[in-house]
Formats: sequence, C-alpha cells, structure tokens
Amino acid sequence: MSAWTTDVLVIGSGFGGAIPAYHLAAGGARVTVLERGPRLAAADFSHSLRLGTYNRIVDVIKGDGISVIAGNCVGGGSVVYFAASLRAPAFVFERRGSLRRRLWPAALTRAALDPWYERVEEALPVTRLDWPDVSYAGGVLAAACARAGRTCNPVPVAVDTARCTDCNWMLSGCRFDAKRSLLLNYLPAAEAHGAEVLPLHEVQTLAPSPLPGHRYAATFAVLDPADYSCTGEVGTIHAKVVVLAAGAVGTPVLLQRSAPLLGGVPAAVGRYFSGNGDRVSTAVVDEQKAASLLGLSRPGGAAYAALPVGKPITAASFDHLDPTAPEFSRFTVQQIYFPPVTNVLAQAADGWFGVAKRRMRHEWTSWLTLLAMTEDDNEGSFGLPPLTGGFTRVAPGIGLGSMSFAATARTRAGWAAADAELRAVLQKDGLAEVRPWTEAVAGAVTAHPLGSCRIGDDPATSALTDQHELRGHPGLFVTDGAAVPTSLTVNPSLTIAALAERAVPAVVDRAARAGVAVTYGAPLPTG
Amino acid sequence: MTTDRRAVLKALAATAAVLVAGAPATLAAPAAAAATDTAPAATDASAPGSWSVQTLEAFADTLVPGQRRFPGDRAVAGAVTGPGAVEAGAVAVLSSPDLPLAPWLPEVAALLDAHALAYAAARLILLPPTVPPFVGLSFTHRTGLVGELTGTDGLDRSIWQVLALLVSLAFDTAAQLDTAAAVRAGHPGLTWLDFPAPGPDGLWRFPDHSYGAALAPLHPATTPSGSPA
Repeated sequence: MSAWTTDVLVIGSGFGGAIPAYHLAAGGARVTVLERGPRLAAADFSHSLRLGTYNRIVDVIKGDGISVIAGNCVGGGSVVYFAASLRAPAFVFERRGSLRRRLWPAALTRAALDPWYERVEEALPVTRLDWPDVSYAGGVLAAACARAGRTCNPVPVAVDTARCTDCNWMLSGCRFDAKRSLLLNYLPAAEAHGAEVLPLHEVQTLAPSPLPGHRYAATFAVLDPADYSCTGEVGTIHAKVVVLAAGAVGTPVLLQRSAPLLGGVPAAVGRYFSGNGDRVSTAVVDEQKAASLLGLSRPGGAAYAALPVGKPITAASFDHLDPTAPEFSRFTVQQIYFPPVTNVLAQAADGWFGVAKRRMRHEWTSWLTLLAMTEDDNEGSFGLPPLTGGFTRVAPGIGLGSMSFAATARTRAGWAAADAELRAVLQKDGLAEVRPWTEAVAGAVTAHPLGSCRIGDDPATSALTDQHELRGHPGLFVTDGAAVPTSLTVNPSLTIAALAERAVPAVVDRAARAGVAVTYGAPLPTG
Repeated sequence: MTTDRRAVLKALAATAAVLVAGAPATLAAPAAAAATDTAPAATDASAPGSWSVQTLEAFADTLVPGQRRFPGDRAVAGAVTGPGAVEAGAVAVLSSPDLPLAPWLPEVAALLDAHALAYAAARLILLPPTVPPFVGLSFTHRTGLVGELTGTDGLDRSIWQVLALLVSLAFDTAAQLDTAAAVRAGHPGLTWLDFPAPGPDGLWRFPDHSYGAALAPLHPATTPSGSPA
C-alpha cells in the first residue's frame, strides 16, 4: 500500500479533469491526475471491431431503462467522441423543467458562458466545417431538409481537417491525430507544467485526510491493463483540493460510496440524471428516390449508399431550437454514424430482430442514422453503488450500472416531436423509412450522460454551488458532465469544457487559500 | 475453469450480473437437470452439436436467421436463404476466451430451454424429445418467445439482452476477428452489410467522401462559430 501527497488531485482525465489540471499545473500547483482507463496514443488506436480493441477504451454501461456509452482512457470522452462542438442555445440556460423554476444558476446564461466557449474553441481548436467536409450521409440529411423547407448546417468539429482521412473510426480513437482530443492539447500542456497523469488508477473512496494541511484522502486501486476487473496495488493520496471529474456515471457513484466517510453528501448527488434527451433513429434511404427526389449522385453512379464513409457527424438542423417554443418540444436533429456495433438496435417494420431486420441489414450502406437531442426531464437516478468501481464489469467493454431511467411523459413528448420531424423530412414522398432505435435491448441509449451531480442555486435540487463546489465540502469540486444541470439539445462536450474553464478560478482560489502557491491566468495551451 | 484469481474475479463479476438480472440459477436448475438427463454433452457449451450449442445456435438464428447448413439441420430453422448469425460465428463469439461467459453457457441454454418448455406448455405445443426444447419450437414460436424474453420486464431480461447484443456483434462486426482480415476473408455478416474494404495497410481512408456542394440553406441564427444562437 502506497501513500503520497499532492496539492490538487484530479479524478478523471476527460474534459472536466484535463482542463482544470492544465490551469492548476500552469499556475504552479502540484497536480496529480488519476484516470481509471489506459493511456493510448495514435499508433495504438486500431481500425478494428474485434472484441478487445475498441472496448479497451469505450464502455457500454447498462442500467435499468438506460444504457450509457462512455470513454475509459486517458483523455476520457474526447478520445472516443465524434468531436461535434456546438454551443448550447441560449434558451437552454433558462430551462425550468418540471420543477417550474430556473434550473441553471442565476449567474449562468449563454452570454455569461460565451467567453468560456470561445476559449475552448480556440484551445482544442474547433473547425467550422464547410460543405466539402460534409459526408455523403450529412449531404442526404441536408438535401432532404432543404426539400422539406428546412435549413441544415455543417457542424463545427474539433478536427484538424487537413490531417483527417474521413475514415469514420472516431469511436476507436483517432489513428491519424486529426481529432483534437485532450491528448493533443490540455493534457500534454498540463504535463509540461509538471502534472502527473496516472492511467489505470481507479479511485474508490474519498474521505477526510488525517494529514495536516491536507483536506481529502483518496483511496485507489491499480487496474490490470489486460482485465480491468482485476486490481493490483492499492494506495492512498492526500490532497489539499480535489477536482472530481469521473464522468456523469462515475462521479455520483464515487460520492455515494464515500458518503459515510465524508459525513454525508447532498441529497441531489445521484439524482436528476439526464441522457441529454438523446434519441437515435435509423432511416433506410431509397437509393432511387435519393437520385430522383434529391438529385444526388456520387462518382461511380450511386446516389448515396455511403453510410460508413466520412466523419461521423457533419450536418445538423437547428430548425426546432425556437426559444419561444414550449419546453420539451425543442431539439436538434443531427446526422451521425455508429459502427455496426449498434446495428442490433435498429428497427425493421416488425421489430429489431428476425427476417425483416436481416433484410434491412442488407441495405446497411443506405442507412442514415439520426441523433435527436431533446429536452428530457432529468428523471434518472443512481441506486446503491457497487463495492468498487463505477459499475459491475461483466465483460470487456460491457458493464451493469446502478442508474435507472424511466422516461416521463414530458421526455417522451420531446422524443415524439423529434420522431415526427424526422418522418416529415425523410419520409416525404417515400425518400426513406425511419424508425427510432428499439428500447427492448438496452432501454434508452445515450452517449451524453449529464446532471447526476449538478450545479444550481437551490440546495435541494443541486449538489454543487454555481462555482462547482460540493455543498458542505469545501475544496471538493465536480467539473464533468455530472455538473451540467439539464439536457442541452446539442452535443455536450463543448459545454462541459466551457464550464470546466469557468470553474477553474474558484478552484485556484480555494487551492491558494489552502496554502498552495498557485495563481490563475495561464495562457491557453498550444498544441 | 481454472482457480486463479482472475478466473475467480470474472466468475464473481458474472455472478453479480446474474444476481442483478434476477436469479436464473434457481430457475435453471430443474431444466438443467432435465437437459443433462437426455443430453450428455450439455455441460460442454463449445462441443459442436451439444445440447447447449444447439439451443444457442437456435437463439442466434432467431435474431439473425440464415439458411440450413446441412439437410436435417434443426438448430438453424432455415427461414431464409443466405448467411445468418450462426454461419457468422455467433457461438464462437459467445464462447470466446475474451468474454467470461463460456462457463455459464450451459446454464444460459438450459434457462432458455426452460422458458421454451413453459412457452410450449402454455400453448399446448408438442415438443419433439430428440432436440432441446427451444430447438423444437418452430421459427415463428422461437420469435415469439425471444420477443417475450426481451420485451417484458422478466427477472432474467438482462441475460437475453446481453446475449442478443453479442450475437449481433458476431454478425455485424465479426467480433472474434480483426475487421480488415474479416472483410478480406469474406466474413458472412460483413459481406452481407457490404462493409467497405480497407486499404493495403489495413486502414480505411475515404478521400471521396462528400457531394461537395451546399445542399441546404443555413439556419439564419447561426453564430460565427457555427453554433445555434
């Protein structure tokens, strides 16, 4: 059993962890980052769907009524995500949900967050795609939107388009270092300032530290790189300040397990969990109609038949982000590609398996996959935590989580509105047949878990202050997706990152008051 | 099953999964006993033609049907012509050493057969004694039972959901094989999907990936960085 000390302990190395780690290290603090996943780089990322490759760094965590896809590696979600980098529309910050009062802290509006968004867009950096970057699949959505009287936009992405090969293997990590993950900006910059990043270190508990001058002690286990369900060495690290960023599925579980040691945690920990209102549908495009109705053609003669080609997210429609429309009716519809790992979820006319579904698979390259990000009701919650880790690992890349989610009528109304819009755009004149993914295999499926330990002004419904500090626990900050109070109607990564940037001054201030020689104001990392 | 620490931990994890899902051990016990009485090979899930393997093949064939492999093939119902999950290697994936499932497969198969017995009894379906109960069901009834097991909130629903995912991974992703090699070798599932071929270095690149033209008007409230207002 090892024990050591640090100024600032950062738990998790995704957006919520890497960004504070950089600023604190650059400001002079001793920073230690513990990451439960392995550390991989471009040469390690494979173009393969063999079990044991991509699922070294991606987990599917199945709860009751919801399944979450989450990163599990140094760099967290940024390594495996699809890099869509959108600011949340202004109305999101004004959401009142079913509580009927503002859910975000009064201090936070879109205008207040815009400077922080701008910093992240510059640091990653984010590129605004143009039409020649939009994949064939994105082009089909755009052309269908235009024909139905809608608009459609190329999506900004954190991708170096000059390096990108449009290979469509983003879920496996970028082989070409084109995706601007945290492995290319904040994390190396933090390390250049002395931060220590320790992969395969899974924090199990947080408790008060008995060491003078140190506020928290974290126990951790070192995981076997060949089998994450096996643990080796265990240890303790004592810190003056803790930044908890284990992801919206990991953070509340660690706090729940630590509650008896910490003398309790706010009741809102592990409640108000949101799947970002994610709703995926699969359309099967009629190739002849794509040619005759949309006038599309590719070199070689096909109209479309290009599902697996190009960047996974390239086009989205903002037509249903009207700030004056009622809550639970607004959404973004986005073209997205998933590797055939998720084919099981697509629905044919008579369901998700059997003869018709097999026939549908034969048209796989003519599928168009759509992600609607709607306004959900924060109706998820976490039950009793497992003895160790964030969930019970049953196979490589597959786990059973303690979260449950039973969609309310309001959430379902949002999904129904998005479904109706997709039918109106894509089924017009028989262009395609579109159906949402089945809920029979995995419940609702989200790659965007949020809200399980959220910021807010009301202590009853938010575990964190508007400065991201856990109520009643000075020096313990949560800066990951768990802190985001509501679904966002866009992909959350840029908002999580902007909130983490915004949270840093308060973390620095708390560290300085704990005796750490640290200042705020480092320039953005340069990759 | 060896008794090293890793195997024990895996077994514990699998047990935890089963416990979370319900309590199939108690449900499965009578069926397992019945199965072993008539099928000596039932305890070895990887033995070709064993009682367990036939049941798992029939389950996989219900999800992604394929054509019969030989005259008199009972596990594969022959609902279609062309490849299905069995031909694509579903049982190989389920019993893969990369997954902790293999030791549990006989029990899982026995549980499915127990459900098949109950399903048949409720509908007065006469099952042949020479094949496992699930295999004895027609394709239509197999479909009905799998729909019930995955569609209703039964105690063991998680088991069928995870099994369905793995069977589909076998067909849709050649989960036991490197993808580039599988595409080149003509893996039945990847070929059925028309999964594109990799370049000579085993990596995919798509220089031709876009229509290259503006295909829709932009939303009027788009910000300079390309976000909604």
